[in-house]
Amino acid sequence: MLRLTHDLWLELVAHAYDGLPDEACGLLGGRPDPFGSGPNAGMHATVERFVPTANADHSARTYSIDGSELLRAERQLEADGLELVGVVHSHTHTEAYPSPTDISRAELLADWHFVIVSLKAPEASARSYRIIDGSVDEEPIILVDR
Amino acid sequence: MPVSVRIPTVMRAYAGGVSKVEATGSTVGEVVDELVDRYPGMATHLRAPDGGLHKFVNVYVNDEDIRYLGKLDTSLADGDEIAILPAVAGGA
Repeated sequence: MLRLTHDLWLELVAHAYDGLPDEACGLLGGRPDPFGSGPNAGMHATVERFVPTANADHSARTYSIDGSELLRAERQLEADGLELVGVVHSHTHTEAYPSPTDISRAELLADWHFVIVSLKAPEASARSYRIIDGSVDEEPIILVDR
Repeated sequence: MPVSVRIPTVMRAYAGGVSKVEATGSTVGEVVDELVDRYPGMATHLRAPDGGLHKFVNVYVNDEDIRYLGKLDTSLADGDEIAILPAVAGGA
């Protein structure tokens, strides 16, 4: 489960539209598993910050985040007591479901939450996934006021 | 050469949960070897089957990507800061 404020949701969608015609991407800073221990420990995160990044591919079909941007984001988040919990990217003309490229590139990111914003329909929509060992599990996005 | 190594969130579980470790090596490759020796769980994250660097990992030395330096042969000086980063990418 991914908990997200309504304001952050608007930032994500705005960044996705700003990136057109290319895919847009950004990083999610937050706190993993704020809901304590239990069978689902480590499965949840609360997003506290969205860090928009450039799409280093400048492409409508793929995205990548430059390592130096990732490093800068990681340092800044850590200085603020947060950590990277996931990545957001847009699908400009397809559904918000991980593509084969998304799945294969997630190999080392089993702890992350993958949010995909689809701009296919007139109104943007988003879904969130865990991608572990090549298997995709959708998780609910919980929108909260703050 | 004593250097510091920033461990990405996704690999910290293998390094006792810490974000930074000290290591020694005259090249990046030697530091990677030492990390894999010390934290065997990192091997599948750091190494490609051919023994090179995993294709989804980027390594920076003092904020410079080693792909534009000497790759794993990049030489190190005392106090250099190495950052290991997952490559973050995908596509529609």
